[in-house]
Amino acid sequence: MYAIRAENLTKRYKTATAVDGISFSAACGETVGLLGGNGAGKTTTIAMLLGLIVPTAGSINILGHDMATDRFAALAKMNFSSPYVALPHRLTVAQNLRVYCHLYGVRHTETRIAELAEELELGPLLNRPAGQLSAGQKTRVALAKALVNRPELLLLDEPTASLDPDTGDLVRSWLERYRAESGCTILLASHNMAEVSRLCSTVLMMKRGTIVDRGTPAALLDRYRREDLEDVFLDIARDRQAEPA
Amino acid sequence: MMALRRIWGLVYRHLCVYRGSWPRLVDLAYWPVLQMVIWGFTSHFFASRVGGGGAMTVGMLLGGVLLWEMALRSHLGFSVTFMEEVWSRNLGHIFISPLRPHEMLSALTIMSVVRTFLGVCPAAVLAWALYKFNLLSVGPVVVLFAVNLMVMGWWIALGCISLILSQGGGAESLVWSMLAGLTPFACVYYPVAIMPHWLQPVALALPAAHVFEGVRAALGQGIIRWDHLAWAAGLNIFWLLAANALFLQQFYAARRNGALMNIGE
Repeated sequence: MYAIRAENLTKRYKTATAVDGISFSAACGETVGLLGGNGAGKTTTIAMLLGLIVPTAGSINILGHDMATDRFAALAKMNFSSPYVALPHRLTVAQNLRVYCHLYGVRHTETRIAELAEELELGPLLNRPAGQLSAGQKTRVALAKALVNRPELLLLDEPTASLDPDTGDLVRSWLERYRAESGCTILLASHNMAEVSRLCSTVLMMKRGTIVDRGTPAALLDRYRREDLEDVFLDIARDRQAEPA
Repeated sequence: MMALRRIWGLVYRHLCVYRGSWPRLVDLAYWPVLQMVIWGFTSHFFASRVGGGGAMTVGMLLGGVLLWEMALRSHLGFSVTFMEEVWSRNLGHIFISPLRPHEMLSALTIMSVVRTFLGVCPAAVLAWALYKFNLLSVGPVVVLFAVNLMVMGWWIALGCISLILSQGGGAESLVWSMLAGLTPFACVYYPVAIMPHWLQPVALALPAAHVFEGVRAALGQGIIRWDHLAWAAGLNIFWLLAANALFLQQFYAARRNGALMNIGE
């Protein structure tokens, strides 16, 4: 069973092609990393998976639902978190979480908020306006928002960007634990190679709208004869070829 | 039930904004009250000059002010609630949730009703306290007049939202002025017949012109002009369907060109 199945996914704008016929899948319970430089097409790909952008061509199936015809059924089972998409600043953390509990039809709203507050150590923040939180606190709140509906598919866009190493590590540990406990599928777009190495079982390397390579982190390191993924990233970004198998 | 939950979620989000901000609450009633004060004194001045029929003049002017404010507040309540999502850059979160576009529009409608009553009720109370004008003296039919004007505010707001989806935050200034710009054609304070012949069809294409013809008939002659009410309702249905079609078209276009991620920039 696939959580994500994208086939020949293409997004063309008037003057540019953002995503050019990519196909990939993610099995249920898998964590897949989406790597690539700026403008590689990661954000557009995620936006198409979320239904925010309609593909020019190709198809997307999420958890058995065709995104072209059955989008809302899929959206109820998935969620998204990004430090670049803010929650309403004037609302308190609890109010924000309550809003999204309602939007996702979560039962026992207050119990769910209490659970999330405990898991992500948000208790002292619940009555504070979201706009007054630090970057690390906002990231934890955004993650809590993404988990209100206990998603079967979690899309994360640079979840630890702008976090200090300690908080970043806490978030990564929490994601590992959550995935193990819930069996949730995670698609992670990141520029942090250590994060991708640690969390992802499969990595998709994107460049200029296409997937130029894919594999497990170990397989990619082996193919490019490198010590870490950052060097692999640089090889791909600078058009250096992998060693022939 | 799930649909109601989602609608309530968005309504709750906007009620929270008002619960925590008294300046926003004051702002809702500020203009209607100011308009009432200015037009109240103005109409009393005119009434004192014209002698007989002065009370009717006061009633027509103040009734016009209050009812037109209902259209203006309804329009702003709908479109500004949408703009709050643009300003807080929250549209992305909303449109990746299972909230359907028509459920969002339902939530905007509810917020429009709430904002309209919070805005217009203080002005209506002021009209009664200062100028002895009771809007309900028009009769129960005033409810139908008010509903038609509020519906007109909604479809114009829907047109503004479509424009924002199409042109981005740059179209925001039109949200504030769109309905106010139609005031001359709404014939709030004068009959349609006073306009040049070539302009009358423009006025008669708006539900407001029919509503205010009806208000003048009710206040001046004590009769209910069902023909004008029927025209107002029919035009509202037509324009509402047209605005809804435009919104759905622009919403899909925004999804096609990626605008939902960037509106506000």
